[in-house]
Amino acid sequence: MNALPDAVIEALSSRRIEAVVIGASAGGVDALVDLLPALPKIFGPATICILHVPADRESRLAELFASRLALPVREAMDKGAVEPGTVYFAGPGYHLSIEDDRVFSLSCEPPVHYARPAIDVLMESAADAYGPALAGILLTGANIDGAAGMQKIRQCGGLTVVQDPREAQAATMPREAIRRCDAHLVLSLAAIRELLPLLETT
Amino acid sequence: MKKPPDDIDIELRMLVEAVYLKYNYDFRDYTGASQKRRVVVAMRAMECETVSELQAKVLRRPEAFAQLLQYLTIPVTEMFRDPEFYAAVRSQVMPHLETYPSLKLWVAGCSTGEEVYSLAILLHEEGLLGRSIIYATDINPVSLDAARRGVFPLDRMRLYTENYHKAGGKRAFSDYYTAAYGGALFERSLVENVTFADHSLATDTVFSETHFISCRNVMIYFNRRLQNRVLGLFHESLCHRGFLALGSKESIDFSSHAKHFEPIARREKIFRKAGQ
Repeated sequence: MNALPDAVIEALSSRRIEAVVIGASAGGVDALVDLLPALPKIFGPATICILHVPADRESRLAELFASRLALPVREAMDKGAVEPGTVYFAGPGYHLSIEDDRVFSLSCEPPVHYARPAIDVLMESAADAYGPALAGILLTGANIDGAAGMQKIRQCGGLTVVQDPREAQAATMPREAIRRCDAHLVLSLAAIRELLPLLETT
Repeated sequence: MKKPPDDIDIELRMLVEAVYLKYNYDFRDYTGASQKRRVVVAMRAMECETVSELQAKVLRRPEAFAQLLQYLTIPVTEMFRDPEFYAAVRSQVMPHLETYPSLKLWVAGCSTGEEVYSLAILLHEEGLLGRSIIYATDINPVSLDAARRGVFPLDRMRLYTENYHKAGGKRAFSDYYTAAYGGALFERSLVENVTFADHSLATDTVFSETHFISCRNVMIYFNRRLQNRVLGLFHESLCHRGFLALGSKESIDFSSHAKHFEPIARREKIFRKAGQ
């Protein structure tokens, strides 16, 4: 592996990540197809992915990725425990939260930024549940959802990583997040790929 | 390793405790994350700086509590939500219900009533409404009033009509309502045998034996302890081999009552009380 930029080393120093939340909207499926296979076979943190998907469509994301990843992949279930070493997807039509005792919960409250599931809802609750042990990664999207969530993660001491808007398929989401949360790291998708496995050992 | 509670988490616990002691509404076993979000929205709308300030206001002014209650409950619903669920009720539950000379059904957590009218339409079309009594219960008096009125926004009718047909509805959906009072007023005969009543799944007991209980997207707001209590109530209320319907993402797998119910339509979340 290439030598790590100082910014990455600094951001990761003395951190123990227990959960990674990855949010994306427009262009998100492609970005995740690129990104998630970088997760190693043995990976400690729970990884929770949330994409904006139409509510009336049965989501096949968990199925799509189950065959591509070495880790177990599931759709997040209401009152199901957030298990380490597992990749979860938020299902369509419901907001997804993580409770302080680290179980998932669903809700049908109105959409936030036209989105349900909303990235803000998941990230804000995860920041409360995990504090500094959370990493938030926000990727491409044409919507400002996720910016408040990333800001909350930052406030609670978590690690914030945003895809470089210049290379993102849609720049609005990463750009707004950078503006709001003063992200620790703004990286290309390729660099986030390299970062992912490091979240295990830090 | 669990992080120590933030100030706001401490304040939230005190708020729901105060609400319970003063007004006997029990939100103590609601899931924390979504409740916190709703209280923060309420706090801003009611012009309070902190949750403690909100608590003081709510304790001293019952009308402030009535306002807060609209935020603590979640009146989000639609007619024939998840059409495939209603299609499954039609094809897999109605044939069993048909065999009873009289029927009691319970819509628990009925909110503003959209599911009650949907169920009544289904029963009507299957020729069962005349011998049915429906109990529609909720803790929110404002929602119950809306449910009694049965006037829903006209701009929702397109979606509801689509849902109705996807659920196997064969008629013109507009036969069931008239445009009035700035909305769609539903046929009064649909709710002639409906009792709308205040009932709390958190604090009240079973009031009747029932053949069918629908409680969709209500228990997702409860923690496991309260979910267990509610499933216990339903088990007690349901007659031998009675039916229980839950929301499409709800599960009883985590409950100690899981073995007391057997799934008859897994995807649509329809269960049947297990035989002894």
